[in-house]
Amino acid sequence: MRWVKADMHIHSVLSPCGDLDMSPSKIISEALGKGLEMIAVTDHNSTLHVPVTVELGKENGITVIPGAELTSAEEIHCLAFFEDAKQTEKFQTFIDKHSSSVPNNASRFGMQIIVNEKEEIIGEVAELLIMALSAPIEEIEQTVHLLGGIFIPAHINRTANGIYSQIGFIPEGLSADAFEFSGNTTKEALVVKYPELGTYNLITNSDAHYLKDIGSKITEYYLEKPSFDEWKMALKNQNNRTLRTL
Amino acid sequence: MGNRPVSKINVDTKQDKKRNMKLKEIIEKLNLTVICANDQFENEVSGGYCSDLLSDVMGNATEGQIWITIQVHKNIIAVASLKELSAIVIVKGLEPGEDTIETAKKENIVLLSSNETAFDLAGKLYGLIN
Repeated sequence: MRWVKADMHIHSVLSPCGDLDMSPSKIISEALGKGLEMIAVTDHNSTLHVPVTVELGKENGITVIPGAELTSAEEIHCLAFFEDAKQTEKFQTFIDKHSSSVPNNASRFGMQIIVNEKEEIIGEVAELLIMALSAPIEEIEQTVHLLGGIFIPAHINRTANGIYSQIGFIPEGLSADAFEFSGNTTKEALVVKYPELGTYNLITNSDAHYLKDIGSKITEYYLEKPSFDEWKMALKNQNNRTLRTL
Repeated sequence: MGNRPVSKINVDTKQDKKRNMKLKEIIEKLNLTVICANDQFENEVSGGYCSDLLSDVMGNATEGQIWITIQVHKNIIAVASLKELSAIVIVKGLEPGEDTIETAKKENIVLLSSNETAFDLAGKLYGLIN
């Protein structure tokens, strides 16, 4: 068992707000350079960059967990992670069913392009990915869990698009596997402000939109090896797996 | 001619500026649909607040106000209860889920709806009570 450095919230060039330099291959090299062993590319309302990033991760010796950052009907951002390609594809179907048809305006919001491992553009997503899905947060959580995934409300302490800014408090019956916080705060400080968080694990990630920000905020997990199952155990403090934020 | 007491003038001015309206009059005049309510129709409405961020409503709405929103998540009920708001109006014809309606009944919160936009409805409500 050892401590594994992980940044599980990174945007690629597919996110309209993601820098054009955020290609899957550059994200992988940057993460390796920063000493990370496990990452996730979590684009807004899309998993379409997951396959190429997972593949590049395998080739370069870094674990890439399939994921996405969803915008719920209440405009709450939440992270979802899946074990394999099959579950990820099923979740993409759910996203497609609930996505809005508002088109992206690339000059205003940024391009939403899909690239291959050689950074060649192979596609573009037409609908604006930062719009809210028509599914409420509970439905997203239940769908993620039905697919065996991990559900983590994102940057809960931010003044925009966090669970507290949007709906005030954690709704009864919502089953989160952990909560992600952002900025220079600590779990202790957050629990003073939101006592209901006391029983959960809190993690932090970079939410990088630029290469230089990858790994700027990380959580360390005590694991046998970096993998979806090991990470899931750490989030639940099972079998001696655990985590620490620095 | 005879001096009017200052206090009386103040009372008159106040009444001219702001009218106290009962919830039932507002429901009638703004053509609102009652999703659920108990015996609150005679309650007086103190004003209105318009926001879709629950943390903002918790921080800034005041007792007796009508809250105009597009937010339908069940947490709106707890916020209305905490702030002792006179009613929640969900605009644009949006429909709250069963869980929201059930919670409203349980917490004794008045839940109303309107087909108008928040802008139009807030404008009319402002005209009525100010």
